[in-house]
Amino acid sequence: MATKINSSEITPEHIYLSRRKFMIGIGSLAASAAVLSACGNQFGSTASGSNAQAALPDDLKVSATTDELGDELTPFGAVTSYNNFYEFTTTKEGVAGLAEGFKTSPWQVEVGGLVNNPKTFDIDDLRTKFAQEERIYRLRCVEAWSMVIPWLGFSLSEILKEVEPTAQAKYVRFETLYDPDRLPGQSSRWYNWPYIEGLRLDEAMNPLATMATGLYGKHLLPQNGAPFRLVVPWKYGFKSIKSIVKIELVDKMPVSLWMAAAPNEYGFYANVNPDVPHPRWSQATERRIGEFGRRDTLPFNGYGDEVAYLYEGMNLRANF
Amino acid sequence: MAKRKAKNRWTPLQIITHLGALFPLVWLAWDFWQGQTALLINPFQEATFRTGKAAIILLMLSLACTPINTVFGFKQVLALRKPLGLYAFMYAAIHFSIFIVDNGLVSNSLNLWAVYEATFEKRYALVGFAAFVVLLTLAITSNQWSMRTLRKNWKRLHRFVYAAGVLAVIHFVWLVKSDIREPLIYGALLTIMLVLRIPAVRKWVVNTRQNLSRRRQAATSSS
Repeated sequence: MATKINSSEITPEHIYLSRRKFMIGIGSLAASAAVLSACGNQFGSTASGSNAQAALPDDLKVSATTDELGDELTPFGAVTSYNNFYEFTTTKEGVAGLAEGFKTSPWQVEVGGLVNNPKTFDIDDLRTKFAQEERIYRLRCVEAWSMVIPWLGFSLSEILKEVEPTAQAKYVRFETLYDPDRLPGQSSRWYNWPYIEGLRLDEAMNPLATMATGLYGKHLLPQNGAPFRLVVPWKYGFKSIKSIVKIELVDKMPVSLWMAAAPNEYGFYANVNPDVPHPRWSQATERRIGEFGRRDTLPFNGYGDEVAYLYEGMNLRANF
Repeated sequence: MAKRKAKNRWTPLQIITHLGALFPLVWLAWDFWQGQTALLINPFQEATFRTGKAAIILLMLSLACTPINTVFGFKQVLALRKPLGLYAFMYAAIHFSIFIVDNGLVSNSLNLWAVYEATFEKRYALVGFAAFVVLLTLAITSNQWSMRTLRKNWKRLHRFVYAAGVLAVIHFVWLVKSDIREPLIYGALLTIMLVLRIPAVRKWVVNTRQNLSRRRQAATSSS
């Protein structure tokens, strides 16, 4: 927990303080939620919005407090303390603690495969060579909770243009660092490590497919996939692979870690789709972190106008 | 009067049982008050997990009483079956109530269709619901009046607690993502406990225990 003395010594003070502010902010939020629910009152995003601002220390930068739909940003404290990152632990609130001190420098990302111009990028190159822009996207986890996160990064297509995919390249395959000493969760034999994800080349070329290096105006923290991760806002969160060391252009559809672990539950496409339930639960609604009630899940997570063309004529039930 | 008072006095084992059974609820309230991260950020999911875990553990403990008596001849535990079973029901009821609010409150209004869908369209939820219905039935009939009214049938009815145990374990297995070790541990314990209830097995175990203690007694008296 953030209140431990040793963790406050390791954590830069401002982050530590921001966590405390977040705790206090959302604590009163939860308490008021309990009271309000008893009265059958509405508990909306305005409350969480004011908390997001209250929890925003000086070093966090955002250009807006909502996404394009008017949904409030998820507080920094929640974004950095509630994470699915099985390389550390399967317990969402346990990731931040275990990820503290994870070394993300030096870090290199190899981009190769079916390309004319293979390259290895240093993380510093990735942060400076490509113009970093703020992109506020909704993140919809396959577990039916969601956040709104102000990422910092650039389009995946920019890297792909640099390496020049050949005509044979049909898919992009991503790989997370494999190092069980630093990523203790990789000792678990229940999963086929390292984490693999993939996109069809035309999906990867869509400007929404983002390579993120930061969030809230800062470098990514380890629990969020530092130093370099994918963000595919119209797909379930597990597609947005973290701590990437390798990007490869390939001609066959990559088999992701989750496809290998449970092929009937997790497909290659994994587009957010309220009409196609997960075999074990409905995807029709979601819990936006910070809100009391659920909300309806939007097709393609609300990015249909930008990405629906990619799947024209495809059976999205069969290609889940 | 004095005799009755003595009968009502709780044994240390009973006190430990009640305190232990209430602990998960107190712990949940404490963590909520302290702002434990998961309860702060996704309170419904976390509270659902915790109350579900408490319910299944207490149900397993309730089911363990008879086998413990069979193997160790420790009669005191038989009196714990009822309170442990009722506590299991209490946590299952809280668990299901949270599930209803969690799934039913969509866009700031209560959507009963969503609750229906969440409960009956997914197999893990359905078996969980079935386990809850069994526990509810047993909880309602866990009084002297029901025992008197139902007579022989009361015992038959309350054998369904085994079914609740099996359903609860299936509910857990179907719920987890990939690593099914933990629910399988419950499944293994449940299997052992059920095997110990097979009349032939039970008789053999009781005979073996009694023979052993007789032999021990004979050994101590002869030395």
